[in-house]
Amino acid sequence: MARKHKKPLSEYSTGQLVMFRFRKNKLAMFGVFLLALVFLAVLLAPVLSSYEAVTKMHIRDKFSAPNATYIFGTDEFGRDLFARILYGGRISLLCSFAIIGIAFVIGALIGGAAGYFGGKVDTILMRIVDMLMAVPSALLAMAIITALGNGIWKLVVALAISQVARFARIVRSSVLTLRNVEYIEAAKCYGCSSLRIILKHILPNGIGPIIVSATLCLGQTILSISSMGYLGLGVASPTPEWGTIISENKINIQAYPYLGIIPGICICLTVMAVNFIGDGLRDAFDPRTKN
Amino acid sequence: MTWFKYAGKRLLMLIPVIICVTFVLFLILSAAPGDIARNLLGDDATEEQIAAKKAEMGLDQPLLTRYVNYMAGVCRLDFGTSWTNNEEVLDRFAARLPNTLLLSTLAMTFAIAVGVPLGIGSAIKQYSLLDYGSSFVAMLLFSLPAFWLGTMCQVLFCVSLRWLPTSGLGTPAHWVLPTIILGANTMATMIRMSRTSMLDVIRQDYIRTARAKGASERVVIRHHAMRNGLIPVVTQIGVSFAGTIGGAVVTENIFAIPGIGTLLLNAVKSRDVPVVLGTVIFVTIIVGVINLLVDLLCAKIDPRINLAS
Repeated sequence: MARKHKKPLSEYSTGQLVMFRFRKNKLAMFGVFLLALVFLAVLLAPVLSSYEAVTKMHIRDKFSAPNATYIFGTDEFGRDLFARILYGGRISLLCSFAIIGIAFVIGALIGGAAGYFGGKVDTILMRIVDMLMAVPSALLAMAIITALGNGIWKLVVALAISQVARFARIVRSSVLTLRNVEYIEAAKCYGCSSLRIILKHILPNGIGPIIVSATLCLGQTILSISSMGYLGLGVASPTPEWGTIISENKINIQAYPYLGIIPGICICLTVMAVNFIGDGLRDAFDPRTKN
Repeated sequence: MTWFKYAGKRLLMLIPVIICVTFVLFLILSAAPGDIARNLLGDDATEEQIAAKKAEMGLDQPLLTRYVNYMAGVCRLDFGTSWTNNEEVLDRFAARLPNTLLLSTLAMTFAIAVGVPLGIGSAIKQYSLLDYGSSFVAMLLFSLPAFWLGTMCQVLFCVSLRWLPTSGLGTPAHWVLPTIILGANTMATMIRMSRTSMLDVIRQDYIRTARAKGASERVVIRHHAMRNGLIPVVTQIGVSFAGTIGGAVVTENIFAIPGIGTLLLNAVKSRDVPVVLGTVIFVTIIVGVINLLVDLLCAKIDPRINLAS
């Protein structure tokens, strides 16, 4: 282990050990680097390009292959693909994080309450969760979209609700393993409130598996949000989103392959980066899973 | 006997699940904003016409009454009629179900037939070229959106190279690409699951014992390792099947296959509530039954799993 200060392992906190293991994982660090790159590009979109370029049509330059002016080329309307991908990435990533955030908060509330209070609360909440789990999540999301109608934030709500059950289960099992641990017992004896015990004792100790599955889930969510965009259930053209960009270009992909390849690589690299980080975190939190 | 008892119990347990799922979906779908009757009839419909249409669709009644009526209909296998073309939901569903079931089954078969051997091979020859190669493929398939892979393969193999038909159904060749595209993600899962699970088992003491008593490597892997190592994989099949039916929406859309996925997508787009509701309920039942079969299969493979408890 390449640690600067040679103190015994027992003197490091669990969090520090997790970070050591995570940093040693080359693939995970590559994922961090890739994701940082994607984030930087997306955040710097106004500098690297401009919002006007997203919808501005340069009819004379339509179907330009990637060149110095248009790094990623242009589509059938002569719109700059680079600008569309950058601004589309903003929407895709923001929505994915929002979905995971919402699903995590609601799932943690349900799962946390079920695991912590147990008994009837647990039975009732988990019955609801089981019911949600019985419906394939893609179908549940589509049913909610039917009710809410089209629109990006409605899509976020639909996909978030379809992920709630998964998070509720993970949080519950995480809480259950900690509920009867001695230091929780001790905290209860001190007279800590339930909220304090949950936030101060259970959350920091049980967060590992939750972070891991949230990260792995994030990758799949980026894929599902762009799938929904591709199917025409999310962002409507001309607003760019990674899925809609591919969908609006699909008839031209044969003649101009870069229109399909470039957005595809962008999605793939981003999801791969997130997955690398997720796998790295899983191995770091629980070294036994590493083969 | 326990088998039948268990299966019967599980099937009975599916009923309350369906009742609750339907109720929740009913709640969600009745929250649909906008006046549906007005949308269907168009702008120049009179108030009387709209009221009559509402009464015809039962929308003038309270939610609970509608729900009870709907469930009563479901018991008689009457899932109502589509709002867009007045066809029976059940008929439309039944006409398209075989295509989706065949596609999902083919995709799952492909995923298992390719993924599991690759995963087992990777575990047996850990850190070999095969291991790295299949891990890389799994990683790649895990990160690629199915709609992109489908569109690109369609352009490459069907349009440019003309090896396979572009879309629709008819010949066995029509099924090749949809099967691979739909199965790709599950294949990645299968590679990873079987690899991890086999690696776990191969390190167990009883595998060392089996080797020590002089059993050939073939016997060790086939009889001792695989039987135990594949249980999590079998469990995963149930989970993956649900995902496959969800994924069929995308695949069927790309290749214009008349299945449940395209039916559902069109219904969602035109906000055809009875079709959406019926489809989701049906698929939930199918997934429930498949999970039951998977659990039975697990018990068959591993006698330690006690179905009674």
